[in-house]
Amino acid sequence: MLNRTADNVARATPEPLAKKIRGISDKGLAWLFISPTILLLLAINIFPLFWAIYLSFTNYRANRPNEVVKNLGLANYQRILGDHDVWIAMQTTAHFVFWTILLQTVIGFTLAWLIDRKFRGHAFWTTIILVPMMLSPAVVGNFWRFLYEPQIGLFSYVISFVTGIPPTNVQMLSNVELAPWAIIIVDTWMWTPYVMLICLAGLRSIPEYIYEAAEVDRASNWRQFWSITLPMALPFIMLAVLFRGIENFKMFDMVNLLTGGGPGSTTEVASITLKRQAFESWRTGYSSAFAIILFVAVFGLANIYVKALNKVKQR
Amino acid sequence: MSLTTAHSVVAPSSNAKLIAGTIIIAYALISIVPLLWIFATSFKTPPDSIAYPPKIVFQPSIEGYCNLFTTRTRQTPEYINSLGPATGFCDETVRKRNMVIAGPSNFLPRFVNSLIIAFGSTFCAVFLGTLSAYGFSRFKVPLADDLLFFILSTRFMPPIAVAIPIYLMYRELGLSDTALGMILLYTAVNVSLAVWLLKGFIDEIPREYEEAAMIDGYTRLQAFWRTVLPQATTGIAATAIFCLIFAWNEYAFAALLTSGTAQTAPPFIPTIIGEGGQDWPAVAAGTTIFLVPILVFTILLRKQLLRGITFGAVRK
Repeated sequence: MLNRTADNVARATPEPLAKKIRGISDKGLAWLFISPTILLLLAINIFPLFWAIYLSFTNYRANRPNEVVKNLGLANYQRILGDHDVWIAMQTTAHFVFWTILLQTVIGFTLAWLIDRKFRGHAFWTTIILVPMMLSPAVVGNFWRFLYEPQIGLFSYVISFVTGIPPTNVQMLSNVELAPWAIIIVDTWMWTPYVMLICLAGLRSIPEYIYEAAEVDRASNWRQFWSITLPMALPFIMLAVLFRGIENFKMFDMVNLLTGGGPGSTTEVASITLKRQAFESWRTGYSSAFAIILFVAVFGLANIYVKALNKVKQR
Repeated sequence: MSLTTAHSVVAPSSNAKLIAGTIIIAYALISIVPLLWIFATSFKTPPDSIAYPPKIVFQPSIEGYCNLFTTRTRQTPEYINSLGPATGFCDETVRKRNMVIAGPSNFLPRFVNSLIIAFGSTFCAVFLGTLSAYGFSRFKVPLADDLLFFILSTRFMPPIAVAIPIYLMYRELGLSDTALGMILLYTAVNVSLAVWLLKGFIDEIPREYEEAAMIDGYTRLQAFWRTVLPQATTGIAATAIFCLIFAWNEYAFAALLTSGTAQTAPPFIPTIIGEGGQDWPAVAAGTTIFLVPILVFTILLRKQLLRGITFGAVRK
């Protein structure tokens, strides 16, 4: 009795807020739903970006906040583009990106192609293969330091066992020649499953009847692979390559823990240089300019990526 | 009668299957070795862990876990003998190495920080992401494609480049080394993934459900709440797990923006050192504890994995 009265009263009393929300138009609701996300991104991503752009024209140093900030114009950008070390870092990054992508694409596609033979238990083994890519690159990269340890490390031991090189001479992380390959091996180990998974989706998207038609036309297996399998899976392979390209271009965590850019600066990829300049030398203005240059490069890649993505979607 | 459907002409031969299976299983076993080695090392004693040749068979010990959770000081045997009987297994193990437990290590608080920051940011990202995804999916938003691209593009920024101004901004706002600061940052990074993934999931829910509900007298908001959300549960759960894994694994921001009270586990684990270098069994123990939740989630997620890693671009 009492409940019902209360109910009626509640129904009769127009709650101002409830009424406002109920009376809201679809357009208003759309903005109500979308704007919090946009505002957050403006505050945490875009505002800092503009701040970085401003800083990139100055000689500001974050460890000396009270010093007078001077406007340098484009001097920082000029210095970066003329800086020998920056070009070395870009070369190191290019070497790392090129080889990781090449290895991951070749191995990943091969694995996907083999899994697509649909042998018994392929789902289980696929899940096992996928595990490394879900793990923290920092925490696992740190542990690879132990595997690479000369003599006592498992990796070095296996290499010396197979090749006969004395175990103390397998110095993956301190040898100038080997260190760039040490980071490529770990990255390939982690991210080949990623390429594999996308390639697998590509292979599975090819309709069976195309192969049946090819079979009727007596196309050889080799011919089928080059004329059907590869071209039809290509958009997926491209998608994987672009994603890995962007990710590895900004690679930081795994390399930072594995080698820290060393020995010397042989594995100093762009993000490591940036970190050294920004948080060790505290050249905030200079490193902001470098950051902006990297932004522009990644944005170029991102644009290509989105176009490729739309192509894949259209299929 | 069923001759035509019984066997596909293009099915791989059993020989091909055998070869494919062998190679895949071999790759899977080799690629899992580093993880098994982490697990094995966590149960080795420090001398066993650095033995040459590397020990595959060893006497298991939980010394690594003891060392992970405690800090210890070296003492003279006379002093240790003067103490009462050991109070537990860890105490006993440590005393054999002429050490005494001095107190708890920082691992547990760092692990708790990881939990708070990962769950906090996941909740915020999924909440904001669901609203935005619904907005983009159901309404005509002006410049929708540009806004969606803007949201995605924030994900492509190199973390170190973002960290420089964030570091300065957080210093001004007093958010340096706080859980709140990290939650805000991870929310901003994850919300792009959440919007893109959830938009895909919500696009798949037929509009007719809401329209029927609205004809029955529900408002748009009630229709969203009562018909769309229940239908999107799987998608929301999968998205949440992806956000959780990202926040859990993140290292670059955590290493640069936290140092003490809000530090998460990834920057902490590499700093675990014993006497004379890294204490590998303790590092392995921390790594094992840190990785187990991710292994569980990976198995739960395996059907949605493809979608998650491509921002919803590829669906099965």
